[in-house]
Amino acid sequence: MEPRRDPRGALVRPYAVTRGRTEPLQNIALEAVLSCSASQCTEARFAGHDKYRIATVCEGRAQSLAEIAAYTRMPLGVTRVLVADMVAEGLLTLHTAAPATGFAARMNLLGRVLSGLREL
Amino acid sequence: MDFANYDPSGANRSREIISAKIVIAGGFGVGKTTLVGAISEIQPLTTEALMTAAGVGIDDPSKVPGKETTTVAMDFGRITMAEDLILYLFGTPGQTRFWFMWDEIIRGAVGAAVLVDTRRITDAFAPLDYFENRNLPYVVALNRFDGASHYEAEEVREALAISPDVPMVMCDARQRDSVKQVLVTVVEHAMLRLQAEHGYPASVG
Repeated sequence: MEPRRDPRGALVRPYAVTRGRTEPLQNIALEAVLSCSASQCTEARFAGHDKYRIATVCEGRAQSLAEIAAYTRMPLGVTRVLVADMVAEGLLTLHTAAPATGFAARMNLLGRVLSGLREL
Repeated sequence: MDFANYDPSGANRSREIISAKIVIAGGFGVGKTTLVGAISEIQPLTTEALMTAAGVGIDDPSKVPGKETTTVAMDFGRITMAEDLILYLFGTPGQTRFWFMWDEIIRGAVGAAVLVDTRRITDAFAPLDYFENRNLPYVVALNRFDGASHYEAEEVREALAISPDVPMVMCDARQRDSVKQVLVTVVEHAMLRLQAEHGYPASVG
């Protein structure tokens, strides 16, 4: 999928797709990962055009909130509201809403990232 | 062969995927997106916040030879390290008007690399101050541009008043191996900082 290229910008007021809501049901980090199973994706067909687009972006490949916003060409804030709704509705699976805290968990994460980088 | 992870039906697919992020900062046109693109498995993507259109024309591309477009939002890349681990690289918006986005970008980040163009080192002041204030571990990466004068790293350290415990690396933002080394330095530095904060002696295994 291609990122946004259209210089004309959105033709619809951005928060129209959330019916004016600007606060998400839960705050989801930019890098938080979401996935959509085949059955969730089928279910999302009936959730409206924008939610279905989000579901198809995440089907078969887990994507971060930032990637969903880029691929669907929706502003970040709007995407976050819709994604949080879909998590609450069971249409998306949220993997980690927030990064690990605590010394052991943090060191473990950093250690895995370090060896992942070295193996590149 | 390890059968513990054998999963023919994919029944275990709900296993939690974790992600981490590293922040790439620096002045406008310093090569942040180039650096991200050199190592990302996807073409760098752009995520836009709502007021981006108003920012067009604020940055002055004429100051930077060879750069025509303005980065109005944040560019990012992705490195899938394992089935359950993804590293994201987020470039900070070039315009300092977008501080509100920086707060969001650095929340929970492993650390940051401040990319410095030796022709315009003062551009690094804002990100350096910001990471100092937010207590985010960072390293300084001197990007070598063609034809740029090669300052000694220690001269740059002195000019920018960077504390001695902050690592400095030379890099070429276009070269994957060079970028990899910058990122490795960020993570190692973050681990040392974390250990130090928890009273461990300074060493990374």
